[in-house]
Amino acid sequence: MTTIQVKPQRPWKATPRDMGTTAGVILLSALASLLLVLGTGLKGKIGFMVCFILISTILQVVVGVRKFGRKALGDNIASSLIYVGAAIVFLPVFSILYMAVTKGAAGLHPSLFTETMFNASFLDPIDKGGLLHSLVGTLYLISIAMIISVPMGILTALYLTEIRGPGAGFIQFIVQAMSGVPSVVAGLFIFTSVILISPLKASGAAGALALAILMIPTVTRTSQEVLLLVPHDLREAGLALGATQWKTVATIVVPAARNGLITATILGVARIAGETAPLIFTIGGADKLNLNPFKDYQSALPFYVWKGLVLGTPESLQRAWTGILVLLVLVLSLFIAARTLGGKKMGK
Amino acid sequence: MYKIQHMTLLENKSADIPAPRVITTKPRVSDKIFRGVVTSFGMSALLILTLIGIFLAYRGVQTFHSQGWSFLTSYNWDKTVDENGNSVSSFGVGAMLIGTVLISIVALIVGVPLSIAMALFLTFYAPARLKTILVSVVDLMAAFPSVLFGLWGFFVLMPMANYWAKLIYKYLHWIPIFDAPEPFFERSPFIAGLVLAIMIIPIVTSVSREVFAQTPLDRIQAAYALGATKWGVIKAVVFPFGSSGVVGGAMLGLGRAFGETVAVYTVLNIVFAPNWHVLFGAGGNIASLIILKWGEASGDETTALLAAGFILFVMTLLVNMFANFIVRQTLKSGK
Repeated sequence: MTTIQVKPQRPWKATPRDMGTTAGVILLSALASLLLVLGTGLKGKIGFMVCFILISTILQVVVGVRKFGRKALGDNIASSLIYVGAAIVFLPVFSILYMAVTKGAAGLHPSLFTETMFNASFLDPIDKGGLLHSLVGTLYLISIAMIISVPMGILTALYLTEIRGPGAGFIQFIVQAMSGVPSVVAGLFIFTSVILISPLKASGAAGALALAILMIPTVTRTSQEVLLLVPHDLREAGLALGATQWKTVATIVVPAARNGLITATILGVARIAGETAPLIFTIGGADKLNLNPFKDYQSALPFYVWKGLVLGTPESLQRAWTGILVLLVLVLSLFIAARTLGGKKMGK
Repeated sequence: MYKIQHMTLLENKSADIPAPRVITTKPRVSDKIFRGVVTSFGMSALLILTLIGIFLAYRGVQTFHSQGWSFLTSYNWDKTVDENGNSVSSFGVGAMLIGTVLISIVALIVGVPLSIAMALFLTFYAPARLKTILVSVVDLMAAFPSVLFGLWGFFVLMPMANYWAKLIYKYLHWIPIFDAPEPFFERSPFIAGLVLAIMIIPIVTSVSREVFAQTPLDRIQAAYALGATKWGVIKAVVFPFGSSGVVGGAMLGLGRAFGETVAVYTVLNIVFAPNWHVLFGAGGNIASLIILKWGEASGDETTALLAAGFILFVMTLLVNMFANFIVRQTLKSGK
């Protein structure tokens, strides 16, 4: 007896011939736009890009219409535009990363992480002084902002997912509105409500308070999403075993969502690590190392960059680029940590 | 055998059988504390928002008192003192309001179509593996420090955008908005708008993506079954379903654009005069005004800046609330 094995067919997959046509279209349009750029008044990379996009779109549409008839005209134009639009979005991202790395790397030197600006000025060449004071300041800011906003954010998320009181819908609305508070307003608020009237003057702690306001909504929303992913069966099983709600939440729901909650915290930190505007009103900005966040001015990486940017001399701008590279590496590693943790399965 | 033994055991210990447990839905003390604590923290967001409003309004009220409506409509920002030492300053954020709106409109016009294209690409065109990477890249973009956008905008985008502005001016200056009093295109609202467009792309994209992904699958499949092309499906099913959600996402982007400070300050030439010409290098932005004047401000100027902050807060809050309302309605209708 012979058995017939049915092979899965994928008629929508591109055949070698289709791929050949696409490659031909890309090659032809690249060649044509090169000729146009060389032969006519259009100049530079941007001229080439524009020609390339136009010619390849037209060719692709012609190929599509020949194959599928006139109905495919709109479809071809639309998909071309969507591909081009998506590609345009990524151009600035890569340009920004490239600039930050190349410009910033030029200013890296050994004493960058061991010295402060106490004995140096922003106008000095880059190899004098360093950004230790700003790095330490940023770590202080992040830690204090975390201590304030992580409990608040997670408890608010628990209110929205576990208690679901009568005001839950409204509170959700308020949290979303809070995530849109401009950073400059958060800084002004801490200036008026803390620095003007309380004994706490411009310092690391005041800056951290302003950052905490920006961090709470991020932590709340991410934690809420994670807590909603915890299977409802787990909660019901806890209650059915006679546990109180407090026991269920503390021993079942929160441990099950632990990785997600850590991700929420990291994303919140990544959100605030690069904030500059609120610090201008609250942190003061010091040039020397200050290990006491409650007294005297402190510095932070974004503030260091800001100072270099505002001064505007070649030396200070070099400092700004180097500072931004350090800041970017910090944000990127936080971001990758959040992704790796968040990618793991729930409850493991 | 077992049964009997069991029964005798019970009989012997009959006096030890506890009274039946009272079954109640009343929360225990621990639960009461838990609920109380969590509820009070749940209210903290409301408290903070209210406090922000109260404190900024309280500090700014003096300015609203002395300047009246002209604070919103006048274009001057002069700190002056008369011969008796009394303040006769006149502050107005009219030009800054116009600038804020102008820049944000440029950002929306450039950023929203790109975001929609990106969201459509991620939802309907990108292969699954590429999609996860690209979603991360877009999210990463949202985490870039705003001062980085400012630096990049100033050193990389500005030279290019100057060239584009010259081209637009050369061929389209007969359209009033592309006209310029003189050919000075550096640090214009156009360039600030482009930087903001890049900055709002992540939020608009992620909201649009969320809305597009909620499109009822049966309707999409029905359209395919009727022989629609991919664009046909998007046009006939996805857009009618998700359009209001995209509008909401665009408005969330608008809220971000209103409040962006450092990046705009870096690339914009702040001038205290109304300017509707996008390409001309003079503009304004409330948030940038605040950090521009903060350094040397004192007395009534500080109060005026706090009042400007209050206006910015109210503007962004209204736009955000409206946007969230729209997005929620759309997401609800998909369930």
